[in-house]
Amino acid sequence: MKQSQIRVLIAKPGLDGHDRGAKVIARALRDAGFEVIYTGIRQTPQMIAAAALQEDVDVVGLSILSGAHMTLCPKVVELLHAQGQEDVLVLLGGIIPDEDAARLKAAGVHAVFGPGTTSAEIISYIRTAMAGA
Amino acid sequence: MPKPVPTQQLIDSLLRGDRLALARAISCVEDDAKDAAEIVRAVFAHTGKAHFIGITGAPGTGKSTLVSALVESYRASGVTVGVLAVDPTSPFSGGALLGDRVRMTSHSGDAGVFIRSMATRRGAGGLAKASAEAMLLLDAAGFDCVLVETVGAGQAEIEIASVADTVVVVEAPGLGDEVQAIKAGLLEIADIFAVNKADRAGAARTVAALEMMLETGGAAAQSIMHHGQRMETGAAASESDAEGGWSIPVLETVAVSGGGVAQLRDALERHSAWLDESGGRAEREGRRLDHMLQTLVQAEVLARLERGLAPALRGELVELMQRRQIDPYSAAADVIRKLSR
Ligand code: B12
Ligand SMILES: Nc1nc2c(ncn2[C@@H]2O[C@H](COP(=O)(O)OP(=O)(O)OP(=O)(O)O)[C@@H](O)[C@H]2O)c(=O)[nH]1
Ligand SMILES: [Mg+2]
Repeated sequence: MKQSQIRVLIAKPGLDGHDRGAKVIARALRDAGFEVIYTGIRQTPQMIAAAALQEDVDVVGLSILSGAHMTLCPKVVELLHAQGQEDVLVLLGGIIPDEDAARLKAAGVHAVFGPGTTSAEIISYIRTAMAGA
Repeated sequence: MPKPVPTQQLIDSLLRGDRLALARAISCVEDDAKDAAEIVRAVFAHTGKAHFIGITGAPGTGKSTLVSALVESYRASGVTVGVLAVDPTSPFSGGALLGDRVRMTSHSGDAGVFIRSMATRRGAGGLAKASAEAMLLLDAAGFDCVLVETVGAGQAEIEIASVADTVVVVEAPGLGDEVQAIKAGLLEIADIFAVNKADRAGAARTVAALEMMLETGGAAAQSIMHHGQRMETGAAASESDAEGGWSIPVLETVAVSGGGVAQLRDALERHSAWLDESGGRAEREGRRLDHMLQTLVQAEVLARLERGLAPALRGELVELMQRRQIDPYSAAADVIRKLSR
């Protein structure tokens, strides 16, 4: 059980300007008591991994609506593992077809949340995962 | 959840410059983890080298953008930079949305730059309680220069004057007729003024207003000092600085394009040199360490007080007093005896 403050990085990888969902989630997580670091749009996987390291986050949340998730997400996971952050919870939201979600989970993404997911579901998922860690 | 790393190993890695170790050490001091004291104790002998620069000013004046431009300038001359970017914790949820990093993304991939966002948590005065400790850790990890962005300063966010070697107050034109720094009481803590967004109309007017305030400001600063409670911070500093002959520059910058940043950098170097010549460096370090001492003692005393004055114990004592078995003074003495354990 983690006693300390939970820190979450919310990032938008790739050339994707749809930032509404990411901002909604960032605010909802703040209101749930998390410390949320928002990096903005147009982040490369390298930038996201570097931010995750410097910020020592417990959770990395990616938001992708551009369709580029199959290349971007596994790269982020790979970089996190390579730098010693194997234990970071990686979440993905946006427009992700079911069959892609399954493959991404096999590649190390812990959970995928599509349009219409409520903030409460996401908050409860993170709390449960952190309590078990 | 990070796997627990033995504290000694974390300390060794941090001193070798390992970035993940540094990041985790900062989390330890932020969380007040039990290893925090051990870490600070072990690295303290390796500190005392970095130049600590505070960047403060009203919300939205361009502090983060200016920090990013300064980082670029420092990196161009091979100086390594640590950044602490502080944003407020929501008093309602205890959470925080830390957005300063959005303006600082261009340094990703540069191992000579380390950027850390920090929520104020229970800290006051525009910084977090752990800010000064995190500054020490960045120093110990070998960064030549540490830039600390405070929360957008409103009323009395002048804590930065107690921990920085150099304070840059950022202004922007068009925030209303009155210069924001004067309203926010920042005039007394500035070593350098940066009038940012100088690409906008009204910058020259803001510069002129500030320069006029500084010319007539000696008296104002003194009276604030004599009536204020915080003798150890800005006002006192500006008085002794005036004796040492530092005249506060007012510079125009355009952080988004890098305009005027070379001049700001030059002013920072001059202030650093002046600190060395005038003895101001040692004075400010003393102030910073005194501030840390006070913060740590206050936190511990408060924690003990919370424990010592637990409702259950108080209830017990109140009952005894009601039965006239103990008097209020003796009850208080009883609590205080327990606190010092
Ligand atoms: C609004 C919108 C826009 C706005 C974006 C405004 C903005 N700043 O965000 C504008 C008009 C600018 C826009 C532009 C484009 N769009 Co558009 N847009 C949409 C639309 C209608 C809604 C997206 C939205 O904001 N939803 C509301 C938010 C709250 O939902 P959300 O982002 O899905 O987030 C939820 C979950 O996914 C999840 N979530 C999201 N992120 C995260 C992160 C984490 C960590 C977690 C846990 C959860 C999570 O939680 C949220 C709450 O439930 C969608 C269609 C749709 N129904 O999704 C198309 C859509 C995303 N757009 C699309 C396209 C193609 C474009 C354009 C390329 C169109 C064009 N040809 O110009 C451009 C590209 C813009 C760019 N630079 O990238 C396509 C994408 C197709 C694909 N992926 O294969 C979609 C799916 C429409 C479609 N059916 O074709 N778009
Ligand atoms: N025109 C102009 N805009 C600028 C300049 N510098 C910053 N900005 C813009 O001002 C806005 C705020 O900039 P930030 O750097 O986030 O300001 P800040 O002071 O860090 O803001 P807080 O941390 O929220 O208090 C952004 O939209 C910047 O792009 C400048 O020199 N000129
Ligand atoms: Mg900022």
